[in-house]
Formats: sequence, structure tokens, C-alpha cells
Amino acid sequence: MLRDEDRIFRNLYGAGDWRLAGARSRGAWDDTKSLLDRGPDAIVDEIKKSDLRGRGGAGFPTGLKWSFMPKQSDGRPSYLVVNADESEPGTCKDRDILRYDPHVLLEGCLVAGFAMRTRACYIYIRGEFFNEASNLQQAIDEAYAAGLLGKNACGSGYDYDVYLHRGAGAYICGEETALLESLEGKKGQPRLKPPFPAAVGLYGCPTTVNNVETIAVAPTILRRGADWWLKIGRPKNTGTKIFCISGHVNKPCNVEEAMGIPLKELIETYAGGVRGGWDNLLAVIPGGSSVPMLPRSICDTILMDFDSLREVKSGLGTAAVIVMDKSTDLIAAIARLSHFYMHESCGQCTPCREGTGWMWRVMERMVKGNATIPEIDVLEEVTREVEGHTICALGDAAAWPIQGLIRHFRPELERRIEAYRQRPQAAE
Amino acid sequence: MSSNAPDTGPESFAFDAANAERAKKIMARYPQGRQASAVLALLDLAQRQSGGWLPRAAMDHVAKILDMAPIRVYEVATFYTMFNLKPVGKFHLQLCRTTPCWLRGSDALKQACEKKLGIGLKQVTPDGLFSMVEVECLGACVNAPVIQINDDFYEDLDPQRLEALLDALARGETAKIGSQTGRQGSAPEGGPQVLTGAKAGA
Repeated sequence: MLRDEDRIFRNLYGAGDWRLAGARSRGAWDDTKSLLDRGPDAIVDEIKKSDLRGRGGAGFPTGLKWSFMPKQSDGRPSYLVVNADESEPGTCKDRDILRYDPHVLLEGCLVAGFAMRTRACYIYIRGEFFNEASNLQQAIDEAYAAGLLGKNACGSGYDYDVYLHRGAGAYICGEETALLESLEGKKGQPRLKPPFPAAVGLYGCPTTVNNVETIAVAPTILRRGADWWLKIGRPKNTGTKIFCISGHVNKPCNVEEAMGIPLKELIETYAGGVRGGWDNLLAVIPGGSSVPMLPRSICDTILMDFDSLREVKSGLGTAAVIVMDKSTDLIAAIARLSHFYMHESCGQCTPCREGTGWMWRVMERMVKGNATIPEIDVLEEVTREVEGHTICALGDAAAWPIQGLIRHFRPELERRIEAYRQRPQAAE
Repeated sequence: MSSNAPDTGPESFAFDAANAERAKKIMARYPQGRQASAVLALLDLAQRQSGGWLPRAAMDHVAKILDMAPIRVYEVATFYTMFNLKPVGKFHLQLCRTTPCWLRGSDALKQACEKKLGIGLKQVTPDGLFSMVEVECLGACVNAPVIQINDDFYEDLDPQRLEALLDALARGETAKIGSQTGRQGSAPEGGPQVLTGAKAGA
């Protein structure tokens, strides 16, 4: 078990004071100036050395991403944008940082923003998080009043502004270029890449978009050193991670643990185990709704990190563990997700706009069994036609849960169809 | 906009003094010439001032302030789910329907609402007190099932607790927001096993 002193988010459950005084007592904003005095390049190098990978789902190396930002301005300012548009089904980790440890995030904004030579930071928070945004805004105001942000931030000689920007209900704005469009006052429709945001981002200026958790862990990594972070987790899958355990467990909860913790240990130690015991487990979606589910046989031994989950054709995603016991109608569970992606498709690319609705309608028939066996293959084929043929990854995310269902539970789909064919006439 | 017909809103709209001041402060967060960035925030202010929904006149007012073509503002207002293009109840119930809430009984909450309030989705009670919609993942999945009512999340619900909550709201009482079983944030039922030290939660 990860020791409490190695946890970064010590107010994860909101037991303590989330305001500046409380945050300071837990170590935030402790001589931040000395971190900045190391200089931008040294900060980026330390983050590179730590092998920190982005916590928003894709797991891209953070230090490398930061190094893409221009070192010399061509006249345009650079921006840091923090993605707090947490909307991936199963995921509610950033919410706890935003409402209970906002100063940990704000310190990260300053340090990361300085390291990337940005002029200002915008934090894009999902509109539904009204109370979380309220706490964060109060924390920003406190930080300005204390001289931690704004002119000569932390006495470093560096001027830095952090602004809060509230969304208004659109999952797609969690995609970084859709987020930038939204931040510019438009519909949240993803942009074609390239150019990547590091070249042309917010207002046409160099921009890096990072997840809340990624930015929030940075100051602690710098303080305690990359070597400390490297000792937690597994090679290339280092450090701590907030896991969200939802669904059919006895005690759903969030917990910060080491990357690479066995899934079974995570569920049994922290979430009170699967409802009805481990033998009652049917399947787990290990990283938010966009990653394929795992059958119980894989859950017995799988480790919770990027590379382990990729090996079994799933992913760590946002580390949102959705547990389903044997009472679950898995086909209906995935059909719900198909509805989600249909609802959240921005409508820009035809394969996604049309495909998500088509896949949902077929999934609804699969729930009833009102389909034919060859249609399972047609459905699988259509997911392949959507996947990889859209501007952003929403099309992929809509395809993968269905692929996971067919890969691991095809017999269940066939049984449902057979039962529908055999149904008594009176049922019609 | 087709779903918004007929437009029953007022002929004209303007921010009151307090909102005009707020709008100015919000617009100052963005660089010169980039005031369109404030459109979501200003539409939100306009919706609050209009009693929870966005009449056409309010969108036009926002377009004028931000120097945007009205169609650009309508585009935004119709794209984002938090903008209501028709009147809603004083208490606007947003029931999360996505898989993590569904696994924990969101269907039963929907039925309880329908029974209790006598309305279906996208309807308003005759007294104008309650309206109800289904929404996708609200991002509070370890406290499922969750309902958002206006700005606040109500978590760890079951039909009985939900009915008690709706009764309290109907009586004009202030309801406790967050977990309805008394959980501390996202900690497990019965209290956390970690971060229990004096220093940890200090």
C-alpha cells in the first residue's frame, strides 16, 4: 500500500481545509520561488526524467510534450490550458482536486506555465462543476491576494495570470482542440491536426493542453525529485495515480495509489470488494468508458498501468474502474455507452455522426436479441469503419466498448439472439 | 433553433446592473479582440437572469455585447446541453443516465421522479416547480446514482432519499447537497482507510 506521505492529494476526501491556509499546511506553495529559480529547462528536464505520463487518458510523456513549446517567441504569446472538462464516464478524480485541493493545481499551473514560457493559463472546467468552479475561483483569488499569482508571482520576477473558464455541457470539449475552439467562443468541434496546439493553439498561439492531475502532480515531483517518483509504480508507468472505483463494489470510492497496483488488490483493499465476492465478478471497464472491457479471467491478475492494460487490448485511460457483477446485462451496459457517444458526437465527421447513431440502434436491438447472428459481424465491421476515420478520437471511443463486448462476450450476444428467436408466440 | 419554436420569450432583454458588471469582469479575462471567448459565461448569466432558460432576446443581447453575429451565438446555445431553450421548472432535475449511474440504480430514480412529479422527461410540473431531463455522465461516478438539481449535485441516492429530497425542496427547505448517505466526498462508505493521519487531512 502506498504510504500516506507519498500521496500528493492529501485532502482528496475534503476532510481538511481546501483554502490557502489548509493547502499550505499540507505543503503546497512551499517556497515555489526556488522551483522557478531552477529555470524552465531544468524543470522540463526533471519532468522528463520522472517519466510522468499524462493523466487525461492518452498517457503521452508530459516532459516531452512540454518540450514541444517554443523557447523563443516569434512575437506571439504562449498559453497553458488546463483540461478540467472531466466527463469520461466513470471518472471523477479531477473533481476532488478542483474542490478539495485547488491550490495544488494552481501551484502546478504556475510551475508548468513558467517551464513552458507561457504568458497565462486558462483552466477549462466543465459547466456542471459549479461548486467546484466556485472553490477554484476562490482559491485563485486567494493566490492573487497572497502574491502567489499575478505580478511577480511568488517573488520570482515572473508575471503570471491564471483564469477560470467554465464550459456549458459538452463531453467533446475534453478533446484538446475542441476545448480550444470552445474557449474561443465557438462550438466545441475538434480541429484537424497538424498543426498541433504547440504550434497553433489558443488564438493561433503556441499552447499546451494538460489534464488537471498531470499539472497538479508536477510541483511535488520537482520538490521530491524525479527519483522519488520513479520508485513508485513500474518502469515507464511511474508515480501515483488517482483511481475511481464505481459500479458493483461494496464501497465505491476514489483513492490515490501507485501505478501498476493489481486491479484485484485495488478493488478488494479500497472498494470493499466486488458485491457478492470476487467470484461474482463478470467484467471490468478499467479506464473510463472509452476503453474495452475485461472479462474476469484477465481481472484476476492484471496490473493497473498504461502498458499492462495495452497488452490486453484495453487501456488505463483515466483510471476509472467500472465494475460489473454477474447480475449485469452487459449488452445493455454497453448500449448505454453507445447512447452516450451518439449524444456527445459533435456531428462534424460523417463516420462518427452517422456511425454512433447506427451503432446505438443496433446495440438496442442486440439488447433484446432482435437481430441475426451475422449482424454481430456487421456491427464489428462498422466499428472498424468508424475507428480511425474521424478527426478526433471520439469515433474510436465509441467503437472500442463494442469491440470489447464482442471480443470477450460474443456467446452472450448469440444466446440473446437465440432466446429471442425461441421466444413464445404470446410474447409478441 | 427549430426545437425552440414557438419563441415565447420576452421581446427584449438586457443585463441588469449586477450582471452587466459581472459580464465586464469576465470579458477582461480574455485578450483584446477575443471577447467572443466570454460567450458561454455570458449566456450562463443571461440564462440565470431569465429564470433558467434562454429566450431569443437574451441571446441577441449577448451577441450585441460581444460583437458576434447572432447566428454564432445561437450555434453555441444549441450546441451545449446546459443552455435551456425552453422554460424549465424552478428546480431543474438533471438525471444522470450513463452506465456507472445505471449500474447503481438510475432507472429507479427516473421512475420515482415520474411517479412523484407526474411528469415525463423534458416536461414541467403545472405549478412550474419541477422539470426533468436525462443527462449524460455528470462526473461523480463513485457517488452514483447522481442527480443534479440546478447547480448542485445530490449523490448516493435511492428512490426513498430522492422522494424525501423532492419533498424538502417543494416545501421550500434548503436541502443538504452532495452525498445523501453522509459520505465524506469520494471516500468509501464508513470512512477512508488512507489519509487518516492527523497531518494528512489537516
